[in-house]
Amino acid sequence: MNWGSWQNFFAMGGYGLYVWGSYVVTLVALIVEIVALITRRRGVIERLTKYYAARRSNHET
Amino acid sequence: MRTTGRFSWFYFSSPQSFYPLAGALQPWFAGLAAILCAVGLYISFLVAPTDAQQGEAYRIIFIHVPAAWMSMFLYLVMGFWSGVGLVLNTRLSSMVATALAPTGALFTFIALWTGALWGKPTWGTWWVWDARLTSELILLFLYIGFMALQAAIDDQRRSDKAGAVLALVGVINIPIIYFSVKWWSTLHQGASVSMTGAPTMAKTMLLGMLIMALGFWMYSIAATLARVRCVILERERQTDWVAAEIGRQS
Repeated sequence: MNWGSWQNFFAMGGYGLYVWGSYVVTLVALIVEIVALITRRRGVIERLTKYYAARRSNHET
Repeated sequence: MRTTGRFSWFYFSSPQSFYPLAGALQPWFAGLAAILCAVGLYISFLVAPTDAQQGEAYRIIFIHVPAAWMSMFLYLVMGFWSGVGLVLNTRLSSMVATALAPTGALFTFIALWTGALWGKPTWGTWWVWDARLTSELILLFLYIGFMALQAAIDDQRRSDKAGAVLALVGVINIPIIYFSVKWWSTLHQGASVSMTGAPTMAKTMLLGMLIMALGFWMYSIAATLARVRCVILERERQTDWVAAEIGRQS
């Protein structure tokens, strides 16, 4: 498949909006999930660190 | 591996032993997903020829079909582990089912979105209430319903049970989606790949689609493993090993 130019590649034979609209939204959706997973892991570790700290101080008092 | 005299598969059915295994496997699946998707995209845009009927619009197939396959497949896997959790009362099975739902919902959304963007130039409409599209939309609602139901019930055992019943009842929707194009007269085209009969697509088109499907599959495993590790930490927080693990991480 030879597109000739970047312009042709982005135009997708007149279907650029539909083709790139599909690929870009898919990419964004996957990135959102990956970021959400990283954020969730950090959040869990942060929350549980506080939870154990609170539990320890309860035992001490 | 511990040798307790039991069949060794059960070793990894405990959250404590599965957690490090998931952590060790996750980067490999993520890496495989990245490589497969890169190769798949290369074939999709630079190798596969222009379609004689649909021009370049058909290139949506390389994400639409793999995403639709994953949306159904992940639901079956979710239903399977829900059922195992329900019958055998194994905590890890229910955790895996919980971890699968958001990724399944994501691929269902992608299948619907790319379908709409493909429908507009080829059928002249973004959406029709035909059997295939409607049953796929119901699949999205099943995923969302499963997540909402689990989130709404505080008691973990009841939450898992209610979710599992919903997931299992919803499994009936999967054959309906798959065979909808055969059972009813729909606007949606028939199966792209059939187990019997000769392939109707150009070889490079089929290859690009299969490699993208493999990439999405590996991605789903990576995302599910990452999520199940979070779920394990949250649900097993009363155990000493999670306390020790959090101590190492923070």
